[in-house]
Amino acid sequence: MPGAFLPSEYLAILMLLLVGIAFGVITLWIGRYFRVQRPYFEKLVAYESGNPPTEAPRMRFSVKFYTIAILFIVFDVEAIFLYPWALVYDKLGMFALVEMFIFIILLLVGFIYAWKKGNLQWDK
Amino acid sequence: MLSKFIFLYCALVIVITGILAVRFRNPVHSVLAVLVLFFHMAGLYLLLNAEFLAAIQIIVYAGAILVLYLFVLFLVNIRQEIKTERFVANHNISKFISFLVFLILIAVTQSFRLGTPGKWTTDAIRQATHTKALGIEIFTSYILPFEIIALILLVAVVGGILLAKQDKQEVVMAQKEGSGSLTRGGKK
Repeated sequence: MPGAFLPSEYLAILMLLLVGIAFGVITLWIGRYFRVQRPYFEKLVAYESGNPPTEAPRMRFSVKFYTIAILFIVFDVEAIFLYPWALVYDKLGMFALVEMFIFIILLLVGFIYAWKKGNLQWDK
Repeated sequence: MLSKFIFLYCALVIVITGILAVRFRNPVHSVLAVLVLFFHMAGLYLLLNAEFLAAIQIIVYAGAILVLYLFVLFLVNIRQEIKTERFVANHNISKFISFLVFLILIAVTQSFRLGTPGKWTTDAIRQATHTKALGIEIFTSYILPFEIIALILLVAVVGGILLAKQDKQEVVMAQKEGSGSLTRGGKK
């Protein structure tokens, strides 16, 4: 694999991942030998703020959540393109500004469409 | 040596979780398998010197797109995969064909040749930092694709809103049925 290299700066993140996984696994594993385990029906019922659960957790959600998720992803991607743009802005100057304005205006059309259609409001 | 080991580990996990995501009966388990897959994709990007892509892989794919998958799962409201009869009774023909495709792919990989290195070698990217290199490439050489991305995202917004549009009549009918599930969650 030519071109592959070890990003040594990210070794810290790898260590963090390993320590995090090890901490979770080891504490739960050691705890097994010390904790008392006496389950009965009330203990095993799903916890819902102290009330008895009214229905299965996999109920149908409102479709409005879906439109909000779509809008979130779109503007998430937009924000991500702003990041490399901000880094090269001082090199490209006006050119990059115009480019990004076209990009944002195109997305603004979608934003205004969602706004006018009432998708940013929960109860219309 | 170590980088080869990490590459093989990531590739192996990607293949296994990819198969698991298809095989799991519970769709939520499939989404969790895909989550592990995305994290190992980020590891591959890091090995390829693309740290910005690795971060995006985790933020956008593992963060946002998986949430969208989960919403779709909750919208269709299937607890378990529905069991039906097999569409095609005879499996051997399809097995034979896929084995042939596998052999062809193995044969094709032998003819892969590395291209000549371009402007952005590993050292050049390390010097400029990956995000900056990416920015320069996007905003000088790939302007048109960049603006097309905006159009595609616009299509996604309009399409998503149109698809999820609730007819007033349907809402009234659902409320008459007494389920009230269409507006549930918001009123809690």
